[in-house]
Amino acid sequence: MTNGPEEKQPPVPPQAAEGAATPVVPPKPAAAPPKPPAPPKEGPVALDNELVKRYRARFGEALREAWTDRKQAILVVSLDHLLEAAQFTRDDEQFDLLTDLTAVDWPKREKRFDLVLNLYSFSKNGRLRIKAQVGEGEPAPSVTGIWPTADWLEREVYDMFGIVFSGHPNLKRLLLPEEWEGFPLRKDYDILQQDDAWVRENLGIESGQ
Amino acid sequence: MGTTRIPGGVETTVLGADEIILNMGPQHPSTHGVLRVKLRLDGEKVAGSECVIGYLHRGVEKIAEHRNYQQFAPYVDRMDYIAAVSNGLGYCEAVEKLLGVEAPPRARVIRTILTELGRIASHLFWLGTHALDIGALTPLFYCLREREEILKIYENYCGARLTTHAFRVGGLQYEAYDEFEKDVERFCKEFDRRVNEYEALLTENRIWVGRTKGIGILSAHDAIAMGVTGPVLRASGVQWDLRKAIPYAAYDQFEFSIPTGKNGDTYDRYLVRMEEMRQSRNICLQAIEKIPTGPILGKVGKVLKPPPGEVYHSIEAPKGELGYYIVSDGTTQPYRVRIRPPSLINLEALDQMVRGHLVADVVAIIGTLDIVLGEVDR
Repeated sequence: MTNGPEEKQPPVPPQAAEGAATPVVPPKPAAAPPKPPAPPKEGPVALDNELVKRYRARFGEALREAWTDRKQAILVVSLDHLLEAAQFTRDDEQFDLLTDLTAVDWPKREKRFDLVLNLYSFSKNGRLRIKAQVGEGEPAPSVTGIWPTADWLEREVYDMFGIVFSGHPNLKRLLLPEEWEGFPLRKDYDILQQDDAWVRENLGIESGQ
Repeated sequence: MGTTRIPGGVETTVLGADEIILNMGPQHPSTHGVLRVKLRLDGEKVAGSECVIGYLHRGVEKIAEHRNYQQFAPYVDRMDYIAAVSNGLGYCEAVEKLLGVEAPPRARVIRTILTELGRIASHLFWLGTHALDIGALTPLFYCLREREEILKIYENYCGARLTTHAFRVGGLQYEAYDEFEKDVERFCKEFDRRVNEYEALLTENRIWVGRTKGIGILSAHDAIAMGVTGPVLRASGVQWDLRKAIPYAAYDQFEFSIPTGKNGDTYDRYLVRMEEMRQSRNICLQAIEKIPTGPILGKVGKVLKPPPGEVYHSIEAPKGELGYYIVSDGTTQPYRVRIRPPSLINLEALDQMVRGHLVADVVAIIGTLDIVLGEVDR
């Protein structure tokens, strides 16, 4: 059992090694000519394929990084270009299904949150992950206008991480009670922590633990 | 009806005399758990709805960050407890991908059989309760009778009936028991006739057709925009199934078809799921013929320490796409586990589907979405 109060040390998020000797990994739905199987390699590998070139041509420096991890393509865009990149991803790159939208907390980092969009394209039968770094208190653009399914997903991210989405039609907590204080999936929210005042007032007990 | 501002700057809706708010749930027999739907009614017609969820929220994703990879595996069974094996399969395969290992062929085929039986069990439970909600009592007894046979196979296999924790990261813990193939075969041989029996009760039943045809229509375009997956998406005419699109386990070895609907209504979703049960049966019959010999557990070691990085892996659960997004920091505990629950995202489409229908149809539409609140709330 390891649910003690000690905090896990968040690692440095993966960086694409600049200029390292990196085998180019094809995008997942490889319609490209078959390549000899790359040696099994776990962990991030810098990515520079046609897809990345199209994003780079369109967004330039706003495309911060691109790498593959476990053969899955990941793009990092700057937050102020997220909406534009999302539109481009759906309309031009045909990633029409927003499979999932979530966040990861890296409290030691300058911008502590990663906003993560997992996308799927029916026509390419492939996946793509788009990330953007969000600082604490910094509003993120809502993608509900592009993928309506993001409505609840963004509400859940707001609920659990406290990331505010600008332009969201109905931003309120999804799973927790609306009056709840605190954002449970942040790393500094202890697993035993709860909103004691809410529990006392609404459940009439001292503690839910 | 109009909008006005109340103190605090909140925009609120002022209802006309003919609109009322009706609370359905959270304790309502047809919501299949603790789901609360606030319905805005114009007479008996639904003008809008809002789901209030979270009554079963247990913080599964938070718990994951404080357990090691093996310790967390039983927790996922408690999300969609109607098809617990699917949850386990998705999680184990995601961690295997993160580790860069693969389960041995024998384990993959046995996993496939158990998961397909789970799909049948899940669809049976859906059919029984869905029909019960609409007023057909009989199918429930038939469906639970056959589901019992599947649960017995699970019990013989691993000792548990519902939250089975049947799989382990890297393969299986238990070898198939001696009569396993025979039991599966006996069930499958019998099951074809049983599905025909259910269909005889419902498919051309005038009341059933009247209550389901044209109810809760979701077009293919809307379904994709709302992120809907699984049988609900296929009933809208999108022929997409992760077992074919991005095969996992041993699905690439077996032949089966992907049934689709045309109209995207409750009746088509019923037909799609009925056909899926038949296809699952076919997969099981093919699979027991060629279970390879060999080990059932790959070399994964006792302590799982995936290299830093992340992975997204998803499977076609009975309800839709069940995905796991796991971030590793190189320690024995996951840094972040995000579960993409099909029930939650399918439920999001409810509002769109109930508008313009009668209150009684809301019951049918909740039923046809096939949600499990344990998975919605996590």
